[in-house]
Amino acid sequence: MSLFVEAFFLQAGYNATLVAIGAGVLGFAAGASGTFPFLRKRALISDAVAHATLPGIGLAFILMVTFGGDGRSLLGLIAGSALTAWTGLLLIEWISRRTRLTEDAAIGAILGTFFGAGIVFLTVIQGMSAGRQAGLEGFLLGSTAGMLFQDALLIAVGGSLAVLVTWLMRRPMTIVAFDSDYAMTLGYDVRRIDLLMMGLVLSVTVIGLKLVGLILIVAMLIIPAVAARFWTDRSTKMIWIAGCIGGASGYLGAVLSASAPAMPTGPIIVLVAAGIFVFSLLFAPDRGVLVTLFRHRGFQARVHRRQGLLALAAHHPIREAYTLRLLTREGLVRPDGVPTDAGRAQAAKIARDERRWDVAREIYQDTGLTGRYDGLTPIEDVFTADEIAELDHQLGPPVTARTE
Amino acid sequence: MGAEFVQLSLIPVLIGILSAVACALPGNFLILRRQALIGDAISHVVLPGIVIAFLLTGVTSVAPMLLGAAGAALVAVGLIEVVKRLGGIEPGAAMGAIFTTMFAAGVLLLDRTDTSTVHLDVEHALMGNLESLVWLQAEGWHSLLDLAILATLPDELVRIATVCAIVVALTLVFWRWLKISTFDEGFAQALGIPAAGLGLGLVVTAAIAAVAAFDAVGSIIVIAMFICPPAAARLMTNRLEHQVAWSVAFATSSATLGYIFAGYGPLWFGSPAAVSASGMIASISGIILGLACLYGPQRSRVK
Repeated sequence: MSLFVEAFFLQAGYNATLVAIGAGVLGFAAGASGTFPFLRKRALISDAVAHATLPGIGLAFILMVTFGGDGRSLLGLIAGSALTAWTGLLLIEWISRRTRLTEDAAIGAILGTFFGAGIVFLTVIQGMSAGRQAGLEGFLLGSTAGMLFQDALLIAVGGSLAVLVTWLMRRPMTIVAFDSDYAMTLGYDVRRIDLLMMGLVLSVTVIGLKLVGLILIVAMLIIPAVAARFWTDRSTKMIWIAGCIGGASGYLGAVLSASAPAMPTGPIIVLVAAGIFVFSLLFAPDRGVLVTLFRHRGFQARVHRRQGLLALAAHHPIREAYTLRLLTREGLVRPDGVPTDAGRAQAAKIARDERRWDVAREIYQDTGLTGRYDGLTPIEDVFTADEIAELDHQLGPPVTARTE
Repeated sequence: MGAEFVQLSLIPVLIGILSAVACALPGNFLILRRQALIGDAISHVVLPGIVIAFLLTGVTSVAPMLLGAAGAALVAVGLIEVVKRLGGIEPGAAMGAIFTTMFAAGVLLLDRTDTSTVHLDVEHALMGNLESLVWLQAEGWHSLLDLAILATLPDELVRIATVCAIVVALTLVFWRWLKISTFDEGFAQALGIPAAGLGLGLVVTAAIAAVAAFDAVGSIIVIAMFICPPAAARLMTNRLEHQVAWSVAFATSSATLGYIFAGYGPLWFGSPAAVSASGMIASISGIILGLACLYGPQRSRVK
C-alpha cells in the first residue's frame, strides 16, 4: 500500500515517474482524439490503424540496419509505422468508396493483411544478425522498463498537439460525425475531415506504441470515449471528459503497475479504463443503467396508479395486485379494494382530467397541444387555466364521484 | 517433391488449407451480414479463454483449451450484446471495448501465471507455429497408405480436419436457412426460420473454426481468412453459391502460395532463414483481395 502511495505521488523512482506521467498524458490524448471517431461510429478503424503500424516498424528497422544505422532509433520506427498506418487508412477508405465491400470488411481485411505482413517482417528481422536483440516484440504489448526522457517528451509534445487539433477542429468534426450530408451542404470537405479524425488517432497510436503496444492502444482510443458518452450529450464537453477518463486510467494504471511486481502496465491501464466504463454504464446520470431502471419503475408506477384510479372512478374492482399495493400504500384504497375518501377524491380528479382531455381533443385540432395526451400528463401541464375553464364550460357542470 | 516434401511440407500445407477453408466458409455469411469484425473480436478473446483453461486445469492439453477459448468467445458475444442493449452503444464501439478489455485481462493473467514450463505465450498465440508441424515418421508418398505411419500424423491435422468437416457439414445442412436469413431476415422469420438462433449459431461456428485454426496457425491468419477470401469472392460474382466456391478457392490458394513463399521465398533472395508462414498466408490473401478490388468483375458499387 505504501508503495502505491509513493508511486501515486511520483516518489517511486525516476522510471516509474516517467512512465506514470507519460501514460497519463497519452491516456488524455487518446481519450480526446478517440471521441470523434466513436461519435462517427467508426471506432474500430483505430483497430486497423494500430495493427497496420507493425509492418512499418519492421520495414523501418530493416532499412535503418541496411543503411548502417542502429535500427532502434525511435523516430525512425515511428516514421515507418505512421507511413504504413496511413497507407492502411487510405486503402480502407479506397476499398469502401470504390468497391461494394462494406467498411467493416475493409477494416478487417486491412487489419489482417497488414498485421500478417508485419509478422513476416519481424521474422525476417529475427533472421538478421542485427535483429537478435532488436526487441521489436515490445511494440506488440508495450514495454515500460526502458522508457527514456525523450520517449516521455515525444508523448507529451505529440499528445498535446493531438488534443489541440481536436479542440480547434471540434466544430467541423462534430457536424461530420452527426450529419455528414449536412456538413457537405455547408461546404466542408467530408473526406478530408474524416481523414483528419483518423489521422489524429494515428498520431496518438504511433506515439503510444512503445508504452502500451499496438494491441492495447486500441482500448485507450475506444473505451474512454464510450465511457464519456454516458456523462454528457455535448461533443465539446465529451472531448474533455474522455480525455480525463483516459488520463486517469493511464496514470492510475501506471501507478498500480509500479506498486506491485509482475503487473504489466498496458493491460492494467486498459483494465482501469474498463472499470471506469462499467461504473459509467451503471451509475451515470440520465443514461446509466440504474437511472434508466428507476425511471422505468417510476413510469410503471404512474401508469398503474392512474389506471387504478380510473377504475375506482368507474366503480370497477381492482384485480391487479401491483396496482392494489400501490394505491393501498398511498392510503387511497383499503386492502380489500374499497376506496377511502382520499381515494374517491383522487379518482374524481383523474376522471375529470380524462373527460377534459376528451373535450380538448375534439376542440383543438393542433396536435402540438393534444398530441401530448398520453394518458399520464395532467391537463394543467398543457393548457392554461382560461382554456381549461372553457373546456369545463363545454363539459357542463362538474360531476362528483358518486358516493353510495 | 519426394519424401522430404511429405515429411516437412505436406502437413503444414494441409493444415493451412483446412484452417483457411474452415474460417472462410462462415466468413462468407458474416461479411454479407455486416458482422465481418466478429472474427477480429473472437480471435482476440481466445487468449484469455486459453489462459483461464490453463489456470483451471494446470495442463496445456487440447480439450480444455479449446473449451476455454470457445467459452470466452461466447462470453464476449454475450457481453457485446449486453453493452449494446444496456448502454445504447453502437456495435463497433461495444465490440472494441469488450474485446480489448478481455485481451488485456488475458495478457495480465498470462504475466501473473508461471508459464515458464509450458509453451504458452502471446507471440505464439499471434503467430502460430505452422512450420513446426512436421511428420518425420513419413518416408514418402506411400506412407499415406500405411496405417501404422498414418497414426503418427500430428494431432493438429486431425483436429482441424474434423472441425473443417463439421463446418462444411453445417454449411450444407443449413444452406437454405442461412441464405434466406442472410439476405432477408424478415422473410426468414415469416417462413418460421429461427433467424436469431441461426445468427448466434453462425457466430459459434465461427468461434469453433477460429479456435481450432488458432491452435495451429495463430490468430492473425484467422482474422485474415475470415475476411479476405470471402471479400475477394464477393467481388467476383453475384451468386452466393459461386461466391462460396470462389472463397474456398482463394483460401486454398492463399494457404498454398503463402506457405511456399514463406518457406522458399527467402532462399530466392539468398537468405537462409524462412519467414513466418502464417504472416505470409495472411499477406497473400490480402494481395488476392487487392487484385479482386482492382479487376474483379462485380467490384463496382452500382451495377
